[in-house]
Amino acid sequence: MPAPDAAVGRVPAARLTTAGRGRPWLWTLLAAGIAAILAVPIVAVLSSLADPRLEVWAHLWRTQLGELIGNTLLLLVGVGAGTMIVGTVLAWLVVGFRFPGRAVFEWALMLPLAVPAYVIGFAFLGLFDYAGPVQTALRHWLGEDVRLPELRSYRGVVLMMTLVFYPYVYLLARAAFRDQGAATLETARSLGRTRLRAFLEVALPMARPSLVAGVSLAMMEALADFGTVATFGYRTLTEAIYRVWLGMFDRAAATQLASLLLLFAFLLLGLERALRGRARFVQSHRRGPGVAPVALHGWRALGATAACSVVLGLAFALPVGQLLVWARGALDTGRLGFLSLLANTLFLAGITAVTTCVLALALGYAARLHPSPGVRVATQFASMGYALPGSVIAVGVLSPVAVVDHALVRGLEWALGGTIGLMLTGSAAALLFAYVVRFLAVSFQTLDASLGKIPPSLDDAARSLGAGVGGTLRRIHLPLMRGGLLTALILVFVETMKEMPATLLLRPFGLNTLAVGVWERTSESLWAEAAVPALAIVAAGLLPVFLAIRFSATPRA
Amino acid sequence: MRRIRAVVLTLTGLWLTPALPGGAEPAEVVVYSARHYGQETAFAAFTKKTGVQVKIFNGNTGELFERLKAEGDRTPADVLLTVDAGNLWNAARAGLLSRVDSPELQANVPAHLRDPEGRWFGLTVRARSIVYNTRKVRPAELSTYEALGDPRWKGRLCLRTSSYIYNQSLLATMIKRHGEAKTEETVRGWVANQPALINGDTQILESIAAGQCDVGLVNHYYLARLLAKDPAFPVAIFWANQQTTGTHVNVSGAGVTAHARHRAPAIKFLEFLSSAEAQQMFADLAYEYPANPQAAVSPLVARWGRFKQDDVNVASAGEFQAAAIKLADRAGYR
Repeated sequence: MPAPDAAVGRVPAARLTTAGRGRPWLWTLLAAGIAAILAVPIVAVLSSLADPRLEVWAHLWRTQLGELIGNTLLLLVGVGAGTMIVGTVLAWLVVGFRFPGRAVFEWALMLPLAVPAYVIGFAFLGLFDYAGPVQTALRHWLGEDVRLPELRSYRGVVLMMTLVFYPYVYLLARAAFRDQGAATLETARSLGRTRLRAFLEVALPMARPSLVAGVSLAMMEALADFGTVATFGYRTLTEAIYRVWLGMFDRAAATQLASLLLLFAFLLLGLERALRGRARFVQSHRRGPGVAPVALHGWRALGATAACSVVLGLAFALPVGQLLVWARGALDTGRLGFLSLLANTLFLAGITAVTTCVLALALGYAARLHPSPGVRVATQFASMGYALPGSVIAVGVLSPVAVVDHALVRGLEWALGGTIGLMLTGSAAALLFAYVVRFLAVSFQTLDASLGKIPPSLDDAARSLGAGVGGTLRRIHLPLMRGGLLTALILVFVETMKEMPATLLLRPFGLNTLAVGVWERTSESLWAEAAVPALAIVAAGLLPVFLAIRFSATPRA
Repeated sequence: MRRIRAVVLTLTGLWLTPALPGGAEPAEVVVYSARHYGQETAFAAFTKKTGVQVKIFNGNTGELFERLKAEGDRTPADVLLTVDAGNLWNAARAGLLSRVDSPELQANVPAHLRDPEGRWFGLTVRARSIVYNTRKVRPAELSTYEALGDPRWKGRLCLRTSSYIYNQSLLATMIKRHGEAKTEETVRGWVANQPALINGDTQILESIAAGQCDVGLVNHYYLARLLAKDPAFPVAIFWANQQTTGTHVNVSGAGVTAHARHRAPAIKFLEFLSSAEAQQMFADLAYEYPANPQAAVSPLVARWGRFKQDDVNVASAGEFQAAAIKLADRAGYR
């Protein structure tokens, strides 16, 4: 659509020509291109099915495949329900009510995001295991036969994952509740609904896309988790992948098991689409005055404060406290080369966050401007990487990259003579590629949810005033999506900092990160020594959270 | 703004080119290592002695294998250093290691601790044996791995899961020794005693000390570490199967990669690591038994006396690893 010349207004002439960039087929091509590149590792996983390892499958079928699939499903249900309840309730509390400590809780409840799942498991076991301080004290006071319920169990794993993954739901839900203008709720109230019913019948359904996006992220994260399930001895498909891969040294069979995970992810995404429903809620205006929070008094205020405190205590204060105790006894930061680890970690996380969000925005945009089924499928396919364990993604990146790399080097040697080392394998670029594949889902879900809330009529208005696609994006969408964009950046940033397996496999020679520091120690059962780098990850994770607080507090430009 | 952008782009571009260890200067050895504890001194001593720099890239065994495979004939790695004989055996089987003919290595490393075909050599020995709470168990009650299936240990046993590589290697050597049927019977016996499954050797020892269970199986150096911190730690080691096949041992070891660029210094490096001098450093730092019988063990471990090692070649840990995992699955050993 070329822009009509009449509507110049304050639009600089140069802007008019950008309208030509809004050709729908260009967007489709762009989206398909990005999606194709990102789908490389997933295709690599699926291509393993060409050589079925029947013998291993038969063995699994006879012994434990049923248990593995059952356990995996149970885990998804447990973590889905847990994060949904905790995340939604807390978000509604801090958005809809005033109670003691709310101002602090509002941002503090994001903090557990910075605690890696593999760390919270160690910390909890350290505290609550039979030999830990809590049970030892209980036995001392109450008698030798006193036992707490076993943490190394289904309930224990679900508790751990709920505590570290609920922030996805919390963050997205909080943004959604905030963006709902007060008008909608007031209307419901004026129609005689109680606050609770107004929440259940109006606020909750309107926030559904965001809630579902958050929960599905948490579930995909649970699907891909290896650290926690291995620590707690809970057998899932992901645990079996490692068992087959590193125990039987059968990568083909392991990759085929990973295809099962992809199937799960596919079903999850389908479920999500179905749950988001056909309903599309758009913001009726930029941002209403927001929901006017209601002051709570007495028992209710106390209850709200207690609920937030308990979650924050369990998910953050306890594990961090345990880490601090361990770290006090094991300060070997000198040997860590600490500053370089920190710098590498922050640098990688920063680049990954920006790259991933730019690509996610491009995909989301293509889907918005030109929502053909092809583009939709491509974007879905491209964001399935999140459900795969880091190692599987890493190998799916490594093999194709190495093939290209060898060909490239051979070509260069032929052209230039001499011998040249590999250029892509073990370069930061390959690592970045793996990160983007793994975390695209995170930014895409978040951005897509917030892009979907912007009424298309705004686009039409902007375009009719002569703004091109770029202009519309910069001047209309980005300001409206600021919250979502910030959330996406933070999520990917923190996720990248915590990521371990892909980092281990693909990192350039001599480039170590904090997560590598944690791994080097935990792999030798040196939990206490791992506390120092683990704390550093948590501390570094606070950084973007504080930035977010700063940004969301400033008046909008 | 534009200038900042240019600077950032340049920096990023620089940083995206891999920091490959240079291939030109011969005075270095590049090590891919899945061992990252208690070897720094030995590496430094080698550099001091020969002037050859040692560059280390740490990683998980499986991931290092994948990387070596992907890098193929252009790998920067000269030496693969890893833990568990099963891993070494698998690396050799995958063609990642090359044959080394070195009289010195053959003299320093006993035959059952190295690859019969010379592709890898054990450097340190770790014994996986029975540990018990000294207040609750008399050593006379203990005898063999097999006897841990005795009903007397019901509810008193702590084990790691069967996903743990050292357990897989233990079962694999049992299969080599006694065949699958008898090994499966042993494992079913363990499972019948409803062991607490705890992931971490240190954590097993702490659970035994706290009284959650009375006996367990761990690598010996984990106990040594705890005793070094607290001499009164109430757990002791029992050398299993002394009257029968001997205590199961495993190794950490190394081989020269198939496409090493610095092959000669890499062989020198391995020879040095197997020498009594370097072996002493391993033993002192990590409480492991030196593979080289000429080197002395650390005083703390020396107190446990000499014991009979199972002298079946540790390569069987790799040979029967997949069989061991399947056996554990069948026996319900999680």
